[in-house]
Amino acid sequence: MSIDKEKIKHVAKLARISVDEAKVDSLTKDLNSIFKFIEQLNELNTEKVEPLTSILNQSLRSRKDEISDGKIREKILKNSPKENEEFFVVPKVVE
Amino acid sequence: MADITNQSLNEIIEKVKTKKVSSTDLTKAYIKNIESAKKLNTFITTTFDQALDKAKEFDNKPNFDQLLPGIPLAVKDLFCTENIKTTAGSNILNNFVPSYESTVTKNLWSNGSFLLGKLNCDEFAMGSSNETSHYGNVINPVGDQLVPGGSSGGSSSALAADLTPATIGTDTGGSIRQPASFTGTVGLKPTYGLCSRWGIVAFASSLDQAGPMTKTIKDCAIMLESMSGFDEKDSTSINKKKEQYSKNLKDNIKGLKIGIPKEYRVDNMPKEIDELWEKGKKILKNLGAQLIDISLPHTKYALPTYYIVAPAEASSNLARYDGVRYGYRSKQGKDLIEMYEKTRSEGFGDEVKRRILIGTYVLSSGYYDAYYLKAQKVRQLIKKDFDDSFTKIDAILTPSTPSSAFKIGEKMNDPVSMYLNDIFTVPVNLAGIPALSLPAGVDKQGYPLGLQLIGKALDEQKILNIGYAIEKNCGFKNEIKKWWS
Repeated sequence: MSIDKEKIKHVAKLARISVDEAKVDSLTKDLNSIFKFIEQLNELNTEKVEPLTSILNQSLRSRKDEISDGKIREKILKNSPKENEEFFVVPKVVE
Repeated sequence: MADITNQSLNEIIEKVKTKKVSSTDLTKAYIKNIESAKKLNTFITTTFDQALDKAKEFDNKPNFDQLLPGIPLAVKDLFCTENIKTTAGSNILNNFVPSYESTVTKNLWSNGSFLLGKLNCDEFAMGSSNETSHYGNVINPVGDQLVPGGSSGGSSSALAADLTPATIGTDTGGSIRQPASFTGTVGLKPTYGLCSRWGIVAFASSLDQAGPMTKTIKDCAIMLESMSGFDEKDSTSINKKKEQYSKNLKDNIKGLKIGIPKEYRVDNMPKEIDELWEKGKKILKNLGAQLIDISLPHTKYALPTYYIVAPAEASSNLARYDGVRYGYRSKQGKDLIEMYEKTRSEGFGDEVKRRILIGTYVLSSGYYDAYYLKAQKVRQLIKKDFDDSFTKIDAILTPSTPSSAFKIGEKMNDPVSMYLNDIFTVPVNLAGIPALSLPAGVDKQGYPLGLQLIGKALDEQKILNIGYAIEKNCGFKNEIKKWWS
């Protein structure tokens, strides 16, 4: 199966990555060669195989729903590209 | 005084313990080396002042009972370090300063070591040559125009160039073992769950494992012992008793059964790789091990499986980089969606974008069963190949890589040929089992070549022991001339 330019643009939209029009061609070529490689898997009949969901022979542990740290708002906000007092700031979403 | 920095970690620890060298002098010697090796571009961030303070602190009040007494260490810039910039080799994290410390680095520091700096790597650990880093290519000390492997290329290069006595990397598909092989050093990917993933910038969570990169097998055992251990903050961490890998290291491998998988002899493999493999087999046989031909029939499907599973998990993990809470934010974009799209487009490099798009595609509506589910099923078959084999054998011997280090730029325009570098290393990640690469010879150009030892889950001690025996008998010596200083 081949992936066309429109498909690439759609997937880029889903992934929230804007793609330069100039780069769409080379990206389409790369992704098609990668998918050709991936599709070797179709040679295998896996009808009766259970998908592997964990490589550990243990189930995930659960923990108590308790706060173990906290009160580090300032530290967290310090890494924000834009903040206002106690909040992260984003471009206006509601008119 | 003879140059201490070209010695093994174990020898350096002995010198510190017997007070032949102070932590401060040791740290100064590495700083001097690092400053004269800027050409190799191994460091993204250095923490010299802080390291010298820690060294002084140690010398004033030494504790020689620790595993890593007063030892300065540089680590891959994928490990979050408290109050020290952590970039993951990406532009999108060019200003990120974690407010917490990763568990594995915390373990290293609590065993007496301290941070020397953060090492360059492929962006988000996606690459096999360190050419995808936003912070530039790393040069392999083996040769001026050679890549150091990847993604832990800054780590392998810094180690081989005597810029750190040992280091740690992460391995999702070969990112510790392949660069170790390219630089004539030792690298180990532990069993999934042996080392905590907490505080490591995530790439593909069901495959990622941190592990040691060192000059010798003994050093590797010391580092693994220092960094591993149960961590309740990682829900996939294995809760078991701590092993004393270095104390229990022995080179007697008599009677062990070593599997030789026929599928690892691939088309167009250079003759030298085959010869290296033969050399490894001969050494093991001479030491009394038994060689057994085995088959891992789904080996050729490991890479295609990996290139579904890893990008799928990456596309999900990397969704967090949105320019809102931390990291880079684009100045363009008139609304929220456009801000996201521009931020991610400007913040990520080409290879990372490529993998996010692959991952988004294979997980998207209508394609999930054909790709992701299919890959999970094949992953089961690959794991079963190993499970079946390990009922008959103790460990598996293969080459680490299908070639020696290649030239910068040689494979950048062909993603699939770049991916093929990991053909021998990827199956192990999919099965969650441990493997190490150790240098065992050179090709006709004099570039190092590695052998890989694969063990069953939690059998690190056994592959370290076998590696120890090969190391003592293969006559490999890393002869790197310091052409860069």
